This record gives sequence, C-alpha cells and structure tokens, in this order.
Amino acid sequence: MTSMDKTRPGLASGSGSASGEGLDARIVVDRGSFRLDVLLRAAPGDVVALLGPNGAGKTTALRALAGLTPLDGGHLRLDGAELEHTPPESRPVGVVFQDYLLFPHLTALDNVAFGPRCQGATKAEARATAAGWLERMGLAEQAGAKPRRLSGGQAQRVALARALATRPRLLLLDEPLAALDARTRLDVRAQLRRHLADFEAVAVLVTHDPLDAMVLADRLVVVEHGRVVQEGPPQDIARRPRTDYIAQLVGLNLYPGRADGHTVTLDTGPAITTTEDLTGPVFVAFPPSAVTLHRHRPTGSSARNLWRCEVAGLETHGDRIRANLTGELPLAADLTTVAAAELELRPGAEVWATVKATQTHAYPA
Amino acid sequence: MTTRSARRTRRARQVAGASAAALLALSACSSADGSASSGSPASTSASEKPSGPVTVFAAASLKEGFTALGKEFEERNPGTKVTFSFSGSDSLAASITGGAPADVFASASSRTMKIVTDAKDAAGTPATFVRNQLEIATLPGNPDRITSLGDLARPGLKVVLCDKEVPCGAAAQRTLDAGGLKLTPVSYEQDVKGALTKVELKEADAALVYRTDVKAAGDRVEGVEFPESAEAVNDYPIVLLKDAPNADAAKAFIDLVRSAAGRQVLTAAGFLQP
Amino acid sequence: MTEPDKSRAAVGTLTGGPLRGRVRRHRPAVPIPLLVPALVGLVFLLLPLLALLVRTPWRSLPGQLTSPEVWQALRLSLLCATTATAVCLVLGVPLAWLLARTEFPGRGFVRALVTLPLVLPPVVGGVALLLALGRNGVVGQWLDSWFGVTLPFTTAGVVVAEAFVAMPFLVISVEGTLRAADPRYEEAAMTLGASRFTAFRRVTLPLIAPGVAAGAVLAWARALGEFGATITFAGNFPGRTQTMPLTVYLALQSDPAAAIALSLVLLAVSIAVLAGLRDRWMTAS
Repeated sequence: MTSMDKTRPGLASGSGSASGEGLDARIVVDRGSFRLDVLLRAAPGDVVALLGPNGAGKTTALRALAGLTPLDGGHLRLDGAELEHTPPESRPVGVVFQDYLLFPHLTALDNVAFGPRCQGATKAEARATAAGWLERMGLAEQAGAKPRRLSGGQAQRVALARALATRPRLLLLDEPLAALDARTRLDVRAQLRRHLADFEAVAVLVTHDPLDAMVLADRLVVVEHGRVVQEGPPQDIARRPRTDYIAQLVGLNLYPGRADGHTVTLDTGPAITTTEDLTGPVFVAFPPSAVTLHRHRPTGSSARNLWRCEVAGLETHGDRIRANLTGELPLAADLTTVAAAELELRPGAEVWATVKATQTHAYPA
Repeated sequence: MTTRSARRTRRARQVAGASAAALLALSACSSADGSASSGSPASTSASEKPSGPVTVFAAASLKEGFTALGKEFEERNPGTKVTFSFSGSDSLAASITGGAPADVFASASSRTMKIVTDAKDAAGTPATFVRNQLEIATLPGNPDRITSLGDLARPGLKVVLCDKEVPCGAAAQRTLDAGGLKLTPVSYEQDVKGALTKVELKEADAALVYRTDVKAAGDRVEGVEFPESAEAVNDYPIVLLKDAPNADAAKAFIDLVRSAAGRQVLTAAGFLQP
Repeated sequence: MTEPDKSRAAVGTLTGGPLRGRVRRHRPAVPIPLLVPALVGLVFLLLPLLALLVRTPWRSLPGQLTSPEVWQALRLSLLCATTATAVCLVLGVPLAWLLARTEFPGRGFVRALVTLPLVLPPVVGGVALLLALGRNGVVGQWLDSWFGVTLPFTTAGVVVAEAFVAMPFLVISVEGTLRAADPRYEEAAMTLGASRFTAFRRVTLPLIAPGVAAGAVLAWARALGEFGATITFAGNFPGRTQTMPLTVYLALQSDPAAAIALSLVLLAVSIAVLAGLRDRWMTAS
C-alpha cells in the first residue's frame, strides 16, 4: 500500500480487514460511570482521526490501543494478529505522546535509537538507524542536543522519529499539535501531514481540533461520551454534521426534524422550508452567514423561513459579529459590524431572522 | 565446683526471704530507727520528721534494692516522696557537676564519686554502704561447663567484657590481671547491662558482670563465682549533695540505706557488706 | 580563629541541602514572625557545634588524632557506612520502586513498616536484629547451622546494623522522587519495546538519579553516625566492630577531651564528603 491510496476518497472503513491487513478493533473500557465502546477499522495507509470533546474517551482509546490501559471487552487485531493480551512492549505500535515525553537525559539521537536498541539492535546499528530518521525529519544538526534544547516543533519531530524508528504497524498520535504555539503549529501540521502520507501502515491520531483532524486525516471518527457518533471522510462530516458538537466545530446551525416534501418540521416546533425533497427523519443545516437579521418584521420579504428571536449574546469573529439568538429557533447569525450597528443589536433586543431555502441543506438522519 | 553454684542458688532464696522479713522489721520499728539515724553532727533537728520530695541519683545496679527502700522510706515518713534517677554512675556524676538538682548521690565506684567530691558538690564525706564484685554469667544450665576464670580463655568460647572505660570493665581487667590471664573477648560492651544482654540472648557464651546483675537476670543466666573476683571489689559510696533541696529528708534516707535493715535489703539483691 | 569560620561555612552547605538552593534571589523584607524563629532555629542548630569547637583541646589534638586507634576506628566507620549505603541502594531502590509504582493489597501498611526503623530506638533495633539474625535468632540459627555464618560481633554485623537503620532514609527519599517523577516516561519506554525492567534501568533510574543520590547521602550520614543498633547487634571490638561513634561514647566515660577530638574528626569527615559530593552533582547537572 502506498500513499496513493490516501487520495482515493471514501476508502471505506473495514476495507482492509477483508485481507486481515490493517487495524480491526473494538475498544471497551469501563471506568465506573464512564464506559468507552468504540469500533475502529482502518487499512494500511489510512490516517484516522479520533475527534471529540475533552473527556470523550479519545486518549483512553489510544492508551488501550498501545496496551497501556487494559481492555475490558472487545477485541484488537492488527494485520490479523490478536493483540489484546500482548504487553505494550511487544506490540508493533508506536506512540507520539501529547507532550512528547522525550527522555530528558538522552540526546535526540539516543531518544530515537532507544526503540531499535530495545528491539535488539547493537548500539552502533541503533544509532545509524536513528541518524537516518533524524535526517529524514531534517534534524541531523540536532542529533546531539538534549530535549530541553529543542524547540517545540523539533521536539515534535524527534518524538515522531522515535515512534517511527521501531517500524510500527500502528502509529498513535495523541494531540500531536496541541503543545505548539499557533505559528509553529502551521509549519508542523504541514510537515506532519507529509510524514503521515509517507507512512505505510495505520495511523490513528487523537485531537479535539477539527482543523488538525481535517488536514491530517482521511477519515474522522467522532467520539462523544465514549461512543462513536459519526464517522466518515472529513468533507462529509463538515457538510452533514449529525450532532451539535460537530455542527459547532464546523460552524453550522443544525436541527433534527421530520421532512415531508420541502417542509421540515423541527423536533422543537418550528418548520423550515428546504430545497431538498425528503421524507422521514432528517437533519437541516445552514451556516450562520446565511441568516439575515431585521429590526422589524419584514413585510415584503419572500423568505418563508422567518422567526422572531432575541439576542442572547454577541462576539466578534474575525471581522464579523457572531450573534447568538434564542427564541422560536435558537441560532447563530453572522453579520458585519456595520450591520450590527445599524440594527442596534444588544443583548435582549428583539430581532427577526430569515434564511433562504436555497441556503439550507437537509439530509436524512 | 558445680555444688558451689547450687549452694549459691539455695542461699539466694534464703536471702530473698530474709530481705522480706527485714522490710517487715523496718516498718515495725520505724521510730527506733529514726532516732538512731540522728547521729550525724550536720543534722539540725533530730525530732523533726522528714517530709517533701527527695531526689536520689543512684547507680543502675542499685535499682532493685533502692526501689524497695524508697517505698519503705515513704511509708515510714508520710509526706515524703522519693524520686530515683538510675543510670550509669559516670553520667550521673556529670549531671550533678552540671548542676542537676539532686539530694543524694549513690555511686557504683569511688572514682565516679571522686568526680563529684572534686567538684565540691558533696556535703560531707562519702561513706561506703555496700560492695559489689564480679561473677561469670553463663548460659542457663552452664552448657559450656565454665567453672573458673581460666575457662574463659578456652578457644571457641564467645566471651564479652565491659569496655575498660566503664567500671565493670576496669574491674574485669583487674581480675584478669590478677589471674595472669590473657583473654580476647568478642566485644567490649559499653555497660554491664549490654554485656549481660548478650548472654541473655545467647549471642555470647559468657560475660564478666556484677553479682547483682546475675541476680537481677533471674534464671535467664547462671552465675559462676571465682576466687579472683576478690581482687576487684567495687565500693559503693553514698553522699548528701551540697545543693540538696531537701537535706533533712535526704539524710534520713541515707541513714535508712546504711541501717542494718537497709543493708539486709541490699544484701538480698546480691551486694556484699562493706 | 579560622577553624570556626570554616566549619560555619561548611555547616551552611549542610543545612542548605546538597541539591537545592543553587540560586538565592534577594527579596524585599522577610516577615519578622518568620525571620526571628528562623534565626533562633539556626543558632540552636549551630550553637552545639560551635561549643564543640570552642572547647576543643587544640593543643593536645594532634596527638589524639594521630593515634592508631582513631585511624582504625575512622577507617572502619567509613568502610562500614559506605558498604551499608551500597546495601541500602541495592535493596532500597527496588523497594522504593515497588512502593511508588505498583498497587498491591496492604501497600500502605508495608510502607508504614518500612519507615518503622526511623522511629524505633536504635538499641531496640539492635535487639530486634539479634533476635532475627543472632546466633539463636529466628533466621540466624539457620545461617549458623547451614553456612556457619554468625553476624554478631563481626564487621558484617556492623554493616547489617547500619543498613537496617539507614535504609528507611533512602527508601523514603527515593520513593518521594519516584512519585514526583512522571510515570509516563516508563510508558513511553514500553511503547518503544522496553520491558518494565529495561524502562526502569534506562529511563527511570537516570531520571531519579539526583533523588537516589540525596537518599544515599542521607543513608550514608545516618550509617556513619549509627551507635545504638551497632553496639547492640555487633558489639564493640577495636578494628572489627568499633566504629567512631562507639569510640566517642566510650572515650566520653573517662576522657571527655579525647571524645571531643574524635567528634571533631567525625564532623570534619562528614562535611568533607558531603561537600565533595555536592560539587560533583553541581558540575554533573
């Protein structure tokens, strides 16, 4: 398998397990009131992102894959081999930890050489391997440096090199970019994307940042409260979110309802007119920028999606104002600062919101 | 020689009985003893009954005998309270010269007493009230059949002595010299109780300790007397201290210790008459 | 009087701790309720040491210090304290790891037991050792009958007694360091293929080295000054079991001046070793 596979969109989950290649896991971990139960399948070459809010169980899932947290149920197969009873040191799994956990008493070179050394290589062989990896990461000059002398981006690459130097069949990355500042993050994200594209086995990364997930992964698995709530290619998830969490992440207003032709009756009462012709349970989504606000009830407007709302809060979003509204239909609306001033928007003010049907998007639930 | 130790044990039992009788006698004729004790010229008033607290610094080996005498003293003189501090004579002497508030000092050697008298902390001249001498302490039943001082030099036998710096060690050295014996012990203990403990715990086969210690250890050790012990007899002097907070009661206590009945109690504990 | 000044500086390094306080920053106004007790405490700690120096018989000192007995006792003290520290390291570091990194029923209880020798009077510790490892001890009788080994009254016995008393210092110190150290480094090592032992040896041990060193110094100092358990368990015989503290104690009985001189030697040796180690750590880190 090569990185070419990755460009093929919608490489379906489980496609690799037919031949026994890749990852096939059901991770069940019981923590008293919290129960994690997620199904993960990936073919070699896949980069899967576990996306979810804090406390959703992403890191627990990662630790379970690495063998650092025991499974309370389910199974774990990698390239056809059962791993659930294999101790972590015997699993062909590499981990890049959130804060890298580079061994502070070893140089960058010896950090990377640590894995090959544990796998039985001589000191010289291990160092040669490590030097090769550092070279690939563009870190040849930092080989002799102790971790505390490395910048955040360099440390991240050393951590990646260290994980890859054991030639893992499963690479796990825990919030790989969270420890970096915004500027470094951009560079490192691009580099990481390149390295992951070159990686021939399964990579699973955990993140709470949708941008990281969408740039780095070719498939997202969204986890909330220990469950998978949605999975698929990034663009699908961005277009058709199925939970409020994802809708918020991708910046959409999302409502569940029942469709009957072009009219969707929302579970909360009001109806939305859409262009799609559907029947049965659906989601309706529209971006905040599709919302138009009026000081008074518009009379000549052709918009049929009209709701009376009240301003709950205002915040600046780049060069625009994001208005959070409550009322008949709770929604987020984006408008320019000028428009906000003209409308005299302030918390508690009454406004009328309209959305054109062509701006909405309905899809089966 | 084995008969000697048997005889000794029998005698010990007799003495113990006698001491109980002596205590009874003490309490019976307390008034007579009290008047007899007023012989000291320093005494201010013989008729005045002693009262209040008395603090006695006494050598550790006196513990059993003095505790009994202290109780007796309190019964004879209601209103008195005798407090003892039993320790090594050296450290007691150091405390006294360092200014510790005490009424009476009873030491286990003339040398330690001299420290106190040299420092001019004593009132009057110390008087020897008992004597103590060494005995060989062996394991119960004397499995190594040690019968003389010379037996201690037997190879393979683990013997402990007191260090030469402490009184029992100095005494041991004198007896060994008197017997013309060269002895390599496994250890020089820091005090006589340390030496005795080693035998009690069966870590050593024999130790040179005081008669009184052998007696106090009961049947955990067996004592063996030897003639050379006469060469190193320890005198136990007692003295009233100059800065005694309660000199009258202290004098009365010293008189009790030196009385015939008092000596009888101490003899029962293994001490010798001066 | 150059000597007191020198020792004051050396004592300062002792109280400052060998590992911390590298940089001292000037801060405005130390609160009086803290400053006064602090100074009283400092004086309280230093005064006895100063008194020792003031009352040292400097004139007779050279004669006392060059006697073969003193050198014999000093050599034995250093040998035994160092060996005891080695024993503490070999047994104590794994014990500390067990207490800090594993879960087993009764762990808290075991931890309390480990610290027991800290509060036990050393003489009681010595008696306990006799009851366990003596000629007639619970284990000692088998050592004697099977291997012909008896520990009391031997130099090995001194090492045993010192290790018994000093080990808790090391275990507590190392356990504290281990608890403060991030256990995830061990996990990281394991994901790289290291067994738990390899992870401990190649990652954890280097990380906690300063704590281990501090614990070893504490244990060494405790072993060097050990008196009660030593004389109770190993007895007192010059050249074999008579360490410096025993020599000091016995000299005190008859010749306080000699005892003061010996104490001074012990003090100087401790300060020299601690200062030497401190310098080494400073340059290493």
